[in-house]
Amino acid sequence: MLAREHMEKSKNFREYAITRLIRVSGYSAIVFVALIFFFLLREGIPALAEVDLGTLFSTRWYPIEGLYGILPLITGSLIVTVGAMLVAVPFGIGTAVFMSEIAPRWLREVLKPLVELLGGLPSVVLGFLGILLLSPYLRVLLDLPTGLTALAGAILLGGIAVPTIVSIAEDALDAVPTSYREGAWALGATRWQTIWRVTLPAARSGILTAVMLGIGRTIGETMTVMMVTGNAPVLAVHLNSLFSPVRTMTATIAAEMGEVASGSNHYHVLFFIGMVLFLISLAVNLSAAAIVFRSKKRAERVLS
Amino acid sequence: MKKTFLNRDLIQRLGFSMISLVALFTVVPIVGVMIYIILQGAPAISWEFLTAMPRDGMRAGGIWPAIVGTFYLTVGTAVFSVPLGIAAAIYLSEYASENWLTRTIRIAIISLAGIPSVVYGLFGLGLFVLFLQFGTSILAASLTLSIMTLPVIISASEEALRSVPQAFRTVSISLGGTRWQTIRRIVLPQALPGIITGVILGLERAAGETAPILFTGAAFFLPRLPGSPLDATMALPYHLFVISTQVPEMPFQIQYGTALVLIIFVLGMNLVATVIRSRARAKRQW
Repeated sequence: MLAREHMEKSKNFREYAITRLIRVSGYSAIVFVALIFFFLLREGIPALAEVDLGTLFSTRWYPIEGLYGILPLITGSLIVTVGAMLVAVPFGIGTAVFMSEIAPRWLREVLKPLVELLGGLPSVVLGFLGILLLSPYLRVLLDLPTGLTALAGAILLGGIAVPTIVSIAEDALDAVPTSYREGAWALGATRWQTIWRVTLPAARSGILTAVMLGIGRTIGETMTVMMVTGNAPVLAVHLNSLFSPVRTMTATIAAEMGEVASGSNHYHVLFFIGMVLFLISLAVNLSAAAIVFRSKKRAERVLS
Repeated sequence: MKKTFLNRDLIQRLGFSMISLVALFTVVPIVGVMIYIILQGAPAISWEFLTAMPRDGMRAGGIWPAIVGTFYLTVGTAVFSVPLGIAAAIYLSEYASENWLTRTIRIAIISLAGIPSVVYGLFGLGLFVLFLQFGTSILAASLTLSIMTLPVIISASEEALRSVPQAFRTVSISLGGTRWQTIRRIVLPQALPGIITGVILGLERAAGETAPILFTGAAFFLPRLPGSPLDATMALPYHLFVISTQVPEMPFQIQYGTALVLIIFVLGMNLVATVIRSRARAKRQW
């Protein structure tokens, strides 16, 4: 009797301990986000005290002389991202429409893993290909002094964003009820008109999410841009800058952090840039999540 | 009347060809590039290339230490992220109720998934390398990578757990099983293939990443293999970065060979995950 009671007790204790452990693990994601933000603040905020704001938001990035203007890095990230989206949005959404609405089933089964293959390629491999294949080709084709330009970065980053956009946009198109399409066909619309006027508009919030997450991936991408954009921190204000070397925020951190004394001004400024990147990624991802959430609510209202 | 119908057909044909072309232009480069890397890289791959140390400023010899390093980092990442990630998924799927705390956890997971890899690198440098004084080491790099993979593992595992029908749990509880016994003996085994797939996909990402390990554990060149978790290590992705940007007069063949080995490593994991998933789907009875 006693033994049994003891067993019950130890069973209860185990149950209690394990539940506790699982609960704590569940909270871990919150802890990590907070920790990451805390460490970026801790190492990044001193930059504001050490470098005056006028310098920090100036147009010259030249750390050896204490010039820490991050504007060229921000514009560098922007121009590469805009370029990448010009590539990735049409190709990504087009491929998603093709896979979900036009291609026969067997072709879809072939295409899907291929697109996932691109998504699985390490970014350093794409950078490597950019150096050896893409940039020499661009240099000759466009008659540029160097092929290592924002354009090369934009094309490759477009490639990195395509799998993200395809998979989320395809899910969104698949989620459009078949009855919508059947209704359009019954009214005499062609398949193309149905895609253009019914299916795409019905899936628009999902497609918007896909594009947002694509942008998020592109802004945060590091190795590829560091390897192929030529790394010149020059202010990029025209779309023409696509054809010259630039340097992004991510590439600056990756290229310079290794050679910086910890605790120096340069070190703190690099962390400050990291903080900016963190906030941008947070904003992009949370608004993408908000779009999904809102459209889910609306769908519940409409369908009920 | 007839004319407009013709127009519609023409527009449809134009639209379909355009979309098909776009899809073609997306897929053909992927296939082309893969074939090109295989053709260029395959001649470099030999027993010596895979198992020898680099020689002559990395311009000759093999990539053994980079392969071993990537293996260590992947295992190290798994040690931290797999138990934590699965436990967090169990919490979300089996314990959590829909309240503000759970919503906060979900928002945190979404945020983690979107943080740029180089920012993880900064964080790892700040927390593990400097603050906790692990130094530039396998330990610091693995911890950094494991936080990065956590959202992938949590999301995939939670989905796998949720797909187990509710009836399984109800029956187990009604037979007198406790909550944990139900999870341990009924839900987890059923969800296992899905969880393993998610874990592998997460680790695949970790194995191919460079930016998070740049300043937390990667070494440019080491004359010997790392002896403890507190040593720095060479790694395949970082090695590819080094030999394609930092070493002048690097033979192309070694570069392509290294790229091919990295791709085989990463996509091999992907393939294993896909096979597990499709097998489990075929076997599943619910």
